[in-house]
Amino acid sequence: MNSQARAMLAPEPVHGSAWDLAPMPPELAGELREVLAKLDQNQRWWVAGLLAAGTATSAVATSAGAAVTVLFGSHTGNSERLARRIAESLGARGVRHQLIDMLECRKTHLQESRTLLIVVSTHGDGEPPERAAPLLELLHSRKAPRLDHLQYAVLALGDSSYEKFCEAGRQFDARLEALGATRVHHRVDCDVDFEPDAQRWIDGIVERLDAPPVDAPAHAAPRATGRGADSAATAGPTSVANAYTRKNPFRAPVLANLRLTAAGSSKDVRHVELSIEGTNLHYEPGDALGIVARNRPADVDALLDTLRFDPQAPVPAGANGTMALREALAERHDIGPVQPAFLRRYAQAIRSAPLEARIHGDAPSLARYARERALRDLVAEYGTVDLGPQEFVALLPPLAPRLYSIASSQRAAPDEIHLTVAVVEYAALGRARRGLVSGLLADATGEDASLPVYLHRNPGFRLPANAAAPIVMIGPGTGVAPFRAFVAERDALGAKGRNWLFFGDRSFETDFLYQAEWIDWRKRGTLSRVDVAFSRDRAEKTYVQHRLAARGAELWRWLEEGAYIYVCGDAEYMAPDVHRTLLEIVARHGDRSLERAGEYLLDLQRVRRYQRDVY
Amino acid sequence: MSEPDVRADLSRPIEELHPNERLKFDSRYLRGTIEQGLADPVTGAISDADTQLTKFFGIYQQDDRDLREERRRAKLEPRYQFMVRVRMPGGLCRTAQWLALDALARDTADGSLRLTTRQTFQFHGVRKRDLKRHVKAIVATGLDTLGACGDVNRNVIGAANPLRSPAHAAAGDLARSIGAQLLPATGAYREIFLGEEPRPDAGDEEPLYGRSYLPRKFKIAIAVPPDNDVDVFAHDLGFVAILDGGRVIGYDVTVGGGMGMTHSAPATFPRTADVAGFCVAGDAPAVAEHTLRIQRDYGDRKDRSHARFKYTIEDRGIDWFRRELAQRLGRPLEPARGFRFDSSGDPAGWHRGADDLWHCTLFVENGRVRDLPGRALMSGLREIARLHTGPFALTTNQNVIIAGVTAEARPAVQTLLRAHGLDDDARLTGVRRSSMACVALPTCALAMAESERYLPSLLDKIDVLLIAAGLASERISLRMSGCPNGCSRPYLAQIALVGKAPGRYNLYLGASASGERLGALHLDNAGEREILEALGPLFTRFALERHALESFGDFVIRAGVVPAMLRASDFQRIGGPRKIPTST
Ligand code: SRM
Ligand SMILES: Cc1cc2nc3c(=O)[nH]c(=O)nc-3n(C[C@H](O)[C@H](O)[C@H](O)COP(=O)(O)OP(=O)(O)OC[C@H]3O[C@@H](n4cnc5c(N)ncnc54)[C@H](O)[C@@H]3O)c2cc1C
Ligand SMILES: Cc1cc2nc3c(=O)[nH]c(=O)nc-3n(C[C@H](O)[C@H](O)[C@H](O)COP(=O)(O)O)c2cc1C
Ligand code: SF4
Repeated sequence: MNSQARAMLAPEPVHGSAWDLAPMPPELAGELREVLAKLDQNQRWWVAGLLAAGTATSAVATSAGAAVTVLFGSHTGNSERLARRIAESLGARGVRHQLIDMLECRKTHLQESRTLLIVVSTHGDGEPPERAAPLLELLHSRKAPRLDHLQYAVLALGDSSYEKFCEAGRQFDARLEALGATRVHHRVDCDVDFEPDAQRWIDGIVERLDAPPVDAPAHAAPRATGRGADSAATAGPTSVANAYTRKNPFRAPVLANLRLTAAGSSKDVRHVELSIEGTNLHYEPGDALGIVARNRPADVDALLDTLRFDPQAPVPAGANGTMALREALAERHDIGPVQPAFLRRYAQAIRSAPLEARIHGDAPSLARYARERALRDLVAEYGTVDLGPQEFVALLPPLAPRLYSIASSQRAAPDEIHLTVAVVEYAALGRARRGLVSGLLADATGEDASLPVYLHRNPGFRLPANAAAPIVMIGPGTGVAPFRAFVAERDALGAKGRNWLFFGDRSFETDFLYQAEWIDWRKRGTLSRVDVAFSRDRAEKTYVQHRLAARGAELWRWLEEGAYIYVCGDAEYMAPDVHRTLLEIVARHGDRSLERAGEYLLDLQRVRRYQRDVY
Repeated sequence: MSEPDVRADLSRPIEELHPNERLKFDSRYLRGTIEQGLADPVTGAISDADTQLTKFFGIYQQDDRDLREERRRAKLEPRYQFMVRVRMPGGLCRTAQWLALDALARDTADGSLRLTTRQTFQFHGVRKRDLKRHVKAIVATGLDTLGACGDVNRNVIGAANPLRSPAHAAAGDLARSIGAQLLPATGAYREIFLGEEPRPDAGDEEPLYGRSYLPRKFKIAIAVPPDNDVDVFAHDLGFVAILDGGRVIGYDVTVGGGMGMTHSAPATFPRTADVAGFCVAGDAPAVAEHTLRIQRDYGDRKDRSHARFKYTIEDRGIDWFRRELAQRLGRPLEPARGFRFDSSGDPAGWHRGADDLWHCTLFVENGRVRDLPGRALMSGLREIARLHTGPFALTTNQNVIIAGVTAEARPAVQTLLRAHGLDDDARLTGVRRSSMACVALPTCALAMAESERYLPSLLDKIDVLLIAAGLASERISLRMSGCPNGCSRPYLAQIALVGKAPGRYNLYLGASASGERLGALHLDNAGEREILEALGPLFTRFALERHALESFGDFVIRAGVVPAMLRASDFQRIGGPRKIPTST
């Protein structure tokens, strides 16, 4: 089941005709329409879930009341893949179950299930994946059902280089327990190399649920059985495409590094072209590229200067034993701008009263205080008191790779990956600061510059499978990057679907990223519409959401005609503002209450006609 | 007044004419899709076709050529912007207008005002999104931009400063009345730029021009001898005032002048106008209109490089023109009365006019009004405009005259001039004060070499040669153009530099001091060093060997440096040496 089939089964299509059945032969499409028309909303959801779950699970999936419900909340596909594997294992053992995407999960699913298995990742700054957010909200809300009848287990995916490691998984775990459900297996928090831990959890849980009579008590003793050969196979490495990882990145030669913003711009935004020739890497529009970096030697030295530790002192370095402090600070730990959570740990560790006081002050000023300080500033201000190098290092967050949306289509530029990078540059405490990885990218201008990269799949952000479906792309700033890939791809394919771009930035003259290309695509007819908002050209600021609102009627018409909406870029202000505007457009032009408009957008999200990639 | 109805040359189907003819014809009286183009926020440009149409409204789409390469690499479109040219026949500007335009330049243009060789203002760097606002603001001052460019009659120029004498006043009045009479009538300008409603009964909107307008631009100048500041022989049509006791009784009429040519295309050439005859003052407007109609009907609509009136006259002869005009006018021109010019420059510094008022010519280097270190021209003129009760008179040599200053007000004006570093024109060499450069880079799309931005530094070096030769105050006209279109009328300057490629110029010498004779090629494709090496020894010889009152232009001919240019069609054939042989 692909997004196309999901779109087809939109539970609340705007019109009957909005079912996009283009790929069907006409007679079949007609029959299907008839059947669909007879189904009520819940029934449609059920069919959608059935198809979404794929053939392997659908064989044993039943309607309401399946013994085991496997629920996944995924953004980049890892949790979904694991959930599918669980379903397959259960299926192989004859356990009745259903596989559901969290966005499609209703209260009734929870009430009717006996056993709930949750696989969920964490995104943003400790947030649930977009498609998991509504369910978590429901569980937190007054509408949350009592779940005393339910037994559950959580498998959490995350990345320990983020402050809020596996936060979403932790929250599901805590909420389910609070609502009366019984934990049948302890939660496992998986790091980026999640395979071994996840497989162990799966094996454990499947054994426990293996073939008890449907009505058997939840705490029935697990039966020890050997692992089936088939499930072992699914645990293997995923695909060739993922041969390069953050631990084993590919050194991609830099082919071009151009400044996109003109002289006079307040920003330095780069267009970086990398070579992936000879790698066999295959990416799709919507995917991102991870870049692995070491801290700048000067920053490491400056930090070591303020610390009184021996740079050669051995410190723990994960499973592989120890390494010299200098080396660990260079490659394993984030020593850049600090996060509030780190401040808390640090304050506790050094028992600093002034720092504690600050932490208990108001949140925004704490955030500002943190942003302005690199690790060395903090050390210079408060010292390390009686911490040893090992304890100090244990406090530090790991150094995370940075992600950049891929701005090219492999069809249009084989062997290349293009990125659109805003170079982070600012001054704080009287010192010029530069983002670690964006700075590295900005400086990668030499003849033989290269960067360690790996492919980061993003199945939650994909062009419609139906090339004739219209799309609306909302991507101000560097958020426009994946849309350059989208449009290039559709152009290369000769796709019939109409494409509408909303772009915004500060100044028309200096910051209109890829302007000449958009104009060209518009001339060629690939782009049907381009709307722009520049915030600093006039006294009154205009942003993309204002352009959206101004085009509300037409946007609504596009939606009715089956358009997909994509939003990429700033998560803090832009995405919420755009979302609110979309709500208002749907309410106003679709003539419904804000609440119903919210449901409408949620439905679009469910059928993947509203996709976001925000950071 | 009988006249054949041949508004557009319909002897050939429009498909065979120059593509611009079809464009004009189909444009619904110049509307095209300008309105939609202005509303498109994705590009700073309008459509190619529309750029041809906005010219008729005094608006040229340009881009900053300095930034082209940088922006191309940044995947940005060129830095599109618009040049806006004001229509101001006769060059007279009230101080309130000056102040408004000055503010506008700093608000929606590049911060400078540009005084042109046709006695008016240009704004550079106006962005598309500001264009309507900009034009509206100009119209609010009582001026406009209609017909300042395009295939119509252009800004009519007249001997500078109407306050200087009754004859100058008459020249100014005539410039304004002809300007108004020959304006395009289309409602497009007011609809698009001023937001007015279309006239319901529009129908045939252009009784004079027709749907195809003229084959090419048409230029009129009015001179008051003995000054030929307007270069009357450089224009399609000229009126030379004939005075009787200081009063204008009529005009000798000149036709078929023009400057533009194309390098290495000898069939194109600058041409000095022929004298066609005399008309009484009251007939001048009718003569102007019928001459324009003749060009409308007979000008070449197939080859735009052969479409100016000068080629119509060159091809058909002056006698044909006299007959054609007589037929349309209902009577022939009288025989020319004759006149004598003695200079083509502006009066220098303070000078007194006929009615005891004072006037002060301020040298504006290359017409660019902006503040420079030590010379706060823009601020100075703004201050003066706030205090001065008379008008400002723009000259056709890119200068401005503070006109009509009473003896009592003079010290206050002088104090402001001094305060802004504008009182030392007399210290400049005569060559610099008689110099002009066209705009060229970075705005002019046609420029092949620098002009306005380069001439001052070249003059610094030429000044050294002049001073060495003892010619510091000798008024030898020197003009530079960035391409052979000759917007600074270089072919009528005693020393002319015409751009051919970056850093490369043709050097022409031998034009007369008062604008009757064209120069001739002396150096082809020369760099700065060659130019200086050629001029230095010539200045020395001139200083030593000149006859009393002999001009530099006359001297180089007598000395055999260049041949006298007697026939326009020889312009690209004689003189030399030519580095690139030209084919005929
Ligand atoms: C501003 C000005 C030069 C200056 O430094 O003052 C000027 C500037 C330009 N002229 Fe001119 N011309 C200017 C007086 C002249 C003159 C002198 C005159 O009229 O007394 C001439 C020679 C006389 C003549 O017309 O023969 C002149 C002959 C041309 C030509 C050549 C016409 C021809 O018949 O070959 C062109 C090109 C064209 O029309 O194709 C041209 C075209 C241009 C354009 C609009 C370039 C273009 O077509 O894209 C230049 C704009 C440059 C810029 O960035 O501002 N300009 N141009 C003068 C504005 C006059 C005005 O206010 O209306
Ligand atoms: C899915 C995804 C896609 C992305 N796509 C793109 C993309 O296409 N293009 C792109 O450019 N980026 C993209 N990013 C962001 C990118 O991954 C990096 O976060 C960004 O480049 C900064 O990394 P850095 O190492 O250069 O900066 P760091 O060294 O990590 O520094 C950034 C930190 O500096 C501080 N800081 C930044 N600005 C200021 C300021 N003005 N004042 C005070 N403190 C400040 C903040 O604490 C900030 O967190 C994406 C992120 C995600 C998650
Ligand atoms: C933009 C982004 C932000 C993330 N933020 C967090 C986070 O705050 N905490 C965390 O534990 N993991 C975080 N992760 C890591 C993901 O949870 C991890 O990659 C997981 O394997 C993704 O699973 P999924 O494909 O099912 O979404 C983040 C990943 C990305 C791409
Ligand atoms: S002479 Fe040529 S370069 Fe100079 S302004 Fe005229 S067209 Fe441009």
